[in-house]
Amino acid sequence: MSENKELKAVEKQALASPAEQTKPGPVFTPNVDIFETEKAITLLVDMPGVKADELNVDLRDDTLTLTGDVLANAGTPGEKVYVEYETGRYYRQFSLSEVIAQEKIDAKLSDGVLRLTLPKVEKATPRRIAVQAG
Amino acid sequence: MIYRTLFGAPSRRVGSSFSDLEGMRRQMERLFEAYGDQSLRRAGAGVFPAVNITEDADAYYVSAELPGVSSADLDLSVTANQLTLAGERKISEEAADARYHRREREAGRFSRAVALPGDIDPDHVKASMVDGVLTVTIAKAEKAKPRQIAIQ
Repeated sequence: MSENKELKAVEKQALASPAEQTKPGPVFTPNVDIFETEKAITLLVDMPGVKADELNVDLRDDTLTLTGDVLANAGTPGEKVYVEYETGRYYRQFSLSEVIAQEKIDAKLSDGVLRLTLPKVEKATPRRIAVQAG
Repeated sequence: MIYRTLFGAPSRRVGSSFSDLEGMRRQMERLFEAYGDQSLRRAGAGVFPAVNITEDADAYYVSAELPGVSSADLDLSVTANQLTLAGERKISEEAADARYHRREREAGRFSRAVALPGDIDPDHVKASMVDGVLTVTIAKAEKAKPRQIAIQ
């Protein structure tokens, strides 16, 4: 699908803080893919450098919040001689219109990509109500 | 003049235009230090991926964020003082009935040459890929390492 495409350099999108931060440091908006099938909504989120311990997925009141921290000491040793990107926190929030089966949510983090599967609640089978003429 | 309003009170000395210029240059530098701390120092080559380079006495460390790129799809090579990162980022095909709401992640090939600040030892290069971040450790050439000089 993309064999001949060259990747372009895109600067990480810094976010004007969602709310005032207690910890200083940059906040970035991670790139996401979101797709939906009949059974679930799946999110793929690029969060390079985030360890599973530092990743937080929170779903409440139809609002999904993703937060991932890259620790300040996680970089390479030594003195900086050339800097093209910065690290910090990834933050993104979505509001969900579907009802999600909370207990079946599945989150996997591999190679810096979070794959979050949000299964939809199975809808009750539609019932036909016969109206009787009185 | 615009710089006067920008930089506060005009200098009292009428002196030579040279010292005026000198003073302006210093004020500009101060201004950059105050406001441009990150954006000015952050360079951008416009080529994917963005890299950071650090160094200590023995080695250079080059890091790049490559989420979703497996080490099998990555091709690294070094010459006298240049590192080349090439590869392909693939995004897996999803189920046929998947309807996309957002598609921000991109797939494609990339190739980037990074000039290193000094000579390196091409025989001692290590690379690792952790959580989507590539780190390449490149030993400095013997002659590029700092040497302690004994005073006699």
